[in-house]
Amino acid sequence: MFDFLEIDALLGAFWVTVKLTVYSAMGSLVWGTLLAGMRVSPVPLMRTVGTAYVNVVRNIPLTVVILFASLGLYSTLGVALGGGDFEAINFRLAVLGLIAYTAAFVCEALRSGINTVPVGQAEAARALGLSFTQVLALIVLPQAFRSVVNPLANVLIALTKNTTVAAVIGVAEASLLMKEWIETYAALIPIVAVFAFGFICLTLPTGLVLGWVSRKVAVKR
Amino acid sequence: MSSVLYDAPGSRAKWRNIAYTVLFTAVLALAVWWVYDGLNSKGQLDWVKWEPFFTSSQPYTAYIWPGLQNTLIAATLALVIALPLGAVFGIARLSDHRPVRAVAGAVVEFFRAIPVLILMLFANAAYADFTDISSDVRPLYAVVTGLVLYNASVLAEIVRAGIQSLPRGQTDAAKAIGMRKGQTMRHVLLPQSVTAMLPAIVSQMVVIVKDTALGGAMLSFNELLSSVRPMSANYGANTIASFTVVAVIFVALNFALTSAAGWLERKLRRGRKSTGAVVHAGPDGGLEAVGAGPVKTDAPGTTDDS
Repeated sequence: MFDFLEIDALLGAFWVTVKLTVYSAMGSLVWGTLLAGMRVSPVPLMRTVGTAYVNVVRNIPLTVVILFASLGLYSTLGVALGGGDFEAINFRLAVLGLIAYTAAFVCEALRSGINTVPVGQAEAARALGLSFTQVLALIVLPQAFRSVVNPLANVLIALTKNTTVAAVIGVAEASLLMKEWIETYAALIPIVAVFAFGFICLTLPTGLVLGWVSRKVAVKR
Repeated sequence: MSSVLYDAPGSRAKWRNIAYTVLFTAVLALAVWWVYDGLNSKGQLDWVKWEPFFTSSQPYTAYIWPGLQNTLIAATLALVIALPLGAVFGIARLSDHRPVRAVAGAVVEFFRAIPVLILMLFANAAYADFTDISSDVRPLYAVVTGLVLYNASVLAEIVRAGIQSLPRGQTDAAKAIGMRKGQTMRHVLLPQSVTAMLPAIVSQMVVIVKDTALGGAMLSFNELLSSVRPMSANYGANTIASFTVVAVIFVALNFALTSAAGWLERKLRRGRKSTGAVVHAGPDGGLEAVGAGPVKTDAPGTTDDS
């Protein structure tokens, strides 16, 4: 019944899924933080650009973003992100697409965190003579980050599941391997069960661990 | 305008803001120029490549409209089927009987933890192996099935949160006048919680619309995104133009839904007849309103306004 099971191939595919998740998570955290900074900045133009980015990117399907990275950026415009073989380029394009998309959600999560910081905190900081950057970096962001661990965990879980979309441009991650096996072997239910189990192993612990972290670090008010 | 981050600007802050604006404009202009130069040097801005979308209706009647129709059909079917299913599971998770709660909880958590693409691929193969649905409509069936399985479980959480957002007194009062559990749910709890759930349900529609694009890319379902390839083949490799038009349509459609959800939410908060509670579909961090973790309900006035 499980004679389709090639453990090496399976682990390899899930390893690609994990790598996609980790790189995209780091990238979207950085880009999302920058976007959040823009959206709450005192400069109206920055706010407008940040808001426009979030509203546009949030409403485009991720599949469109990723497919555009491959067909538009690479095939048409020749953006190869450092070159290498086809596989390496597609992997990096997928990461780029995932970062561009996920950052919008990271930004919204962070911004809601900034909104939970009481105005009194910033007033106290300004009374001490701290500048905008100092208020943001020393007072507001640390509190904001601690209050948004849970929403960020949800974004991370969604990102883990979204990495499957990279299969659209042929990145050899878990869902592409599942598609191949379904086409090769006549064991639909066991195959899907194995991959479903794999994703549950990735997403459930993330939710549990980060849920625990969020309770640990939450600012008690 | 003053916020937690800055005061109303004084004279120095005003100058500083102007300086930032100038600096930011320069960076932005550089980025725009870089994109423009990239597009221009590959000839993607030539009028020939964009002209079909402005001067004739052919790309719309031949590719875009049929694709958009399929997207809307799949999304609507998915919502219409997933909503009652989600309501059943949401209510089952609130059951007094532990086995019912456990089973419903396991089903909901299972389908929320799995990527919707996996569910679609599974449905596609299952229909091919175990049924005789013709291969013309199989992609539609597979897309709708995948969307229903995933979104029913998300909607179940929305329904549960909606019912839990009602004051306890509603159940107590229903009990006091001798209503049975089923009556309490049907006549008292569900009708009231529907208002709290509505914004989240409309937001979920955005997620469903976005996910239909997966069917186009992986299951050859002829939805909106899949019209990019024939269009760019037909109108002289205008990949960028075709993508732009399709993306604009997606953004317009989903932005309308997002705005409708926001409008409903503001309206409900003001309304005196409702409890003022509104359910959020979570940070819609994914193709969906996101994975594990309970759907939050917020008391009036505690959410961020955007």
